[in-house]
Amino acid sequence: MSDGSSTPSPAAPPAAPSEWPLWEVFVRTRAGLDHKHCGSLHAADAQLAIQLARDVYTRRQEGCSVWVVRSDQIVASDPADKAMYFDPMEDKVYRHPSFYKLPAEVDQM
Amino acid sequence: MTASIAPNFTPDVQYLLRIADTALILSQRLGEWCGHGPALEEDIALTNTALDLLGQTRGLLTRAGQIEGRGRERVFDEDQLAFLRDERDYRNLTIAELPRGDFAFTVLRNLMLATWLKLHWDRLQASSDAEVAAIAGKAVKEARYHQQHAADWVVRLADGTAESRRRMHAALTELWRYVPEMFATDEVDAAAVASGLGPARSALREAWSAEMAAVCDAAQLAPPPPGPWVSTGTLGVHSEHMGLLLAEMQHLQRSFPGGAW
Repeated sequence: MSDGSSTPSPAAPPAAPSEWPLWEVFVRTRAGLDHKHCGSLHAADAQLAIQLARDVYTRRQEGCSVWVVRSDQIVASDPADKAMYFDPMEDKVYRHPSFYKLPAEVDQM
Repeated sequence: MTASIAPNFTPDVQYLLRIADTALILSQRLGEWCGHGPALEEDIALTNTALDLLGQTRGLLTRAGQIEGRGRERVFDEDQLAFLRDERDYRNLTIAELPRGDFAFTVLRNLMLATWLKLHWDRLQASSDAEVAAIAGKAVKEARYHQQHAADWVVRLADGTAESRRRMHAALTELWRYVPEMFATDEVDAAAVASGLGPARSALREAWSAEMAAVCDAAQLAPPPPGPWVSTGTLGVHSEHMGLLLAEMQHLQRSFPGGAW
């Protein structure tokens, strides 16, 4: 971990990007529903990303609202941590609210 | 080969054909980008625009055919009007038929024509012809998006690299020569105004210029002053590019009349 006292090495100045940055696209299919991730695309800037998301992902009436977010802004869990993060939940059935006896009136809950 | 049709060009029919053919021929030109866009996403965006224009064309050609066929034994349908006319019977603005050019040329032409079409659709919603008004109500939303998408590209390219700015300048110089025809006026416009069918092109000049100026200012582009030359596509006299475009566009329908799939 950096202690903040050293700046990143200037050895390789950033080259002009040869490709547009990647954006993740989220589409809301109907008012009241949530935005769902549906894919990604390349776009030069935020405005173009929204327009291209509309053109690529909603051309068959799939949505009424779109979100885009730069893919490099997403912090994701490391696949290598999968066992440590998620496997321990396998045998914790008691965390499901399935051990209560519900009154008949709320049967459909 | 299927023989050409020869519609009877009343002023109302000509008026609708000028708008419909401009959308049709621009659609054909944009279709040439299919598979050749600068990026997959923009390729789809361009063909979406082409298909929107084709949809607008279908509505207007169908209506023009009905009006043309009033009191006659036959009525030309959209396919006959789109694919079986001779070159002189197309009434599109000349600017629409120019070869597709580079991407700067394409987005600037899209902006100029989307703005022109949007202003038409906007006013055609109040047309005395209910069919035309209904087509316009749907088309105006599409045209707004075409205009916005093209305008953003014009600014992006003019404000991009030296190369993109050079290309945008070249496109502006070339395309601006075709502006006078977009706002010329003749007896066809006068008849449309008199019958309430739609606005005269000349009545849209001020709004078009203001909307173009807003984009050009943002892009720091200075359009050249208007020249004296007026292109003549709306009169049926086209550039040398039109014949080749029509040969490709009409080939299938002429070879396999009424073909469907």
